[in-house]
Amino acid sequence: MSLEHFISEAISPWMKEEGPDSDIVLSSRIRLARNLENYNFPDFASKEESETVIRKVHEANGDQEYGNCGKFEILSLDQLKPLAKRVLVEKHLISPHLAEQSKYGAVMLNEDESVSIMINEEDHLRIQCLFAGFQLKEALKLAGELDDWLEEKVDYAFDEERGYLTSCPTNVGTGLRASVMMHLPALVITKQMSRIIPAINQLGLVVRGIYGEGTEAQGNVFQISNQITLGKSEEDIVEDLRGVVLQLIQQERAARNNLQQGLKIQLEDRIFRSYGVLANSRIIQSKEAAQCLSDVRLGIDLGVIQGISRSILNELMILTQPGFLQQYANEMLGPDERDILRATLIRERVELEEA
Amino acid sequence: MFCQECHERPATLHFTKIVNGQKTEFHICEHCAKEKGEFLPGSNTFSIHQLLSGLLYGDPAISGTASPGLSQQSVLACPKCGMTYQQFAKIGRFGCRHCYEVFDSRLDPILKRVHGGNTKHEGKIPKRIGSGLQEKRELENLKKSMQQYILNEEFEKAAETRDKIRLLEKQKHQEKGE
Repeated sequence: MSLEHFISEAISPWMKEEGPDSDIVLSSRIRLARNLENYNFPDFASKEESETVIRKVHEANGDQEYGNCGKFEILSLDQLKPLAKRVLVEKHLISPHLAEQSKYGAVMLNEDESVSIMINEEDHLRIQCLFAGFQLKEALKLAGELDDWLEEKVDYAFDEERGYLTSCPTNVGTGLRASVMMHLPALVITKQMSRIIPAINQLGLVVRGIYGEGTEAQGNVFQISNQITLGKSEEDIVEDLRGVVLQLIQQERAARNNLQQGLKIQLEDRIFRSYGVLANSRIIQSKEAAQCLSDVRLGIDLGVIQGISRSILNELMILTQPGFLQQYANEMLGPDERDILRATLIRERVELEEA
Repeated sequence: MFCQECHERPATLHFTKIVNGQKTEFHICEHCAKEKGEFLPGSNTFSIHQLLSGLLYGDPAISGTASPGLSQQSVLACPKCGMTYQQFAKIGRFGCRHCYEVFDSRLDPILKRVHGGNTKHEGKIPKRIGSGLQEKRELENLKKSMQQYILNEEFEKAAETRDKIRLLEKQKHQEKGE
């Protein structure tokens, strides 16, 4: 398989678009948790119940078109190989929970992979909409419409007082998790992030690494999301998050300016060294790769490096994850083999740009 | 193969746990798994559940040191899915929608902690099954604001609001009549 072809397979079509503020906000995501009225929550449901839930949702909405989303396809997790599941996780189309723990999981995906509806994850339904750049409101609107579309055919577990009922009390009410993926290299370099994270936490928001709960920030990419789902409207939740994101964008831009003015040569040195590593290394671990990619992407955003497309960070961050590397190699690889293949793949990708 | 815990029921759950290269295998039945809690799917990945369960256990109302009420609490169980309050406190998750009703009297403090003091849903209402609720909430809000106008002696606005309420109530009756 050629690299170009592999990339086009591996990168979801929605990612190729440039959204607003995409120099800092890589993507926006809305997730709605919903449960069906008459069945135990997935982790406590019998096989029959879980299969009925999948069947109900499939009958109602699977293989159908919705608005601009195109046609939906339903995948049953037990029919996927472990590697295929891992690739879906690395593309953020399913959660690690669905891939590893759910007994009777399934997922509905649309053609450009901007919408994924997980079935029998922690809740019966997890409607997820992904948008490029900073487009939380747009994502909320679409998720709301999809929610209405599903609700036409299935009865939701809803309570007047508590709202949408979810398996975990942390999701009850709106069932809404809004999140943005932000690239904040200047705030990290200037050591401001360690001060900012506790401040964000105090506002009822959470800062995590790129693959969600319990993951470390890789390549200066942070995921920021709401924690509170009850007692606020969907619009207010998104507005509160948006407010914080706007401030972070401003602060990151200011920090980038300061760096460029005060430490121009040091910054350029760092960027070009990282570029050198990516273009020349023969063995590279994912952590180092992520850090170098972050530097190069910053260099592109600042105009220090020219002629390379911005999407290289988003692309290579995903492509150099273990699952993708193994899919590219078409075999299972040990950590050492992965580090070698990762280096090769990055070099080839960079050469593709230079050509 | 029998469950390695109770040696009575057949083992239906099989786990391999690898900690620092040390491999341990578990073969247990669903019943023992539920009791142990840590084997339930998801319970050992979501730090949030552990955190939550820590909070729930820290609650003097249900912690081990709590006195006479304990025996009564231990029998509080959901008739639909069988989840007891103690299990819920341990794993931090509900088994089904009915758990919310069964444990309702104890939920407010938990929800307050998790959701910044909130206990009541203020967001979206499902279109189809909640159509009546939408109107009901609108009426409630109008009545509240009318009271406020009266208190502020803004009688003109209060009268306007009253007319809106009457109109809505009339529409409601008409819809029912059809």
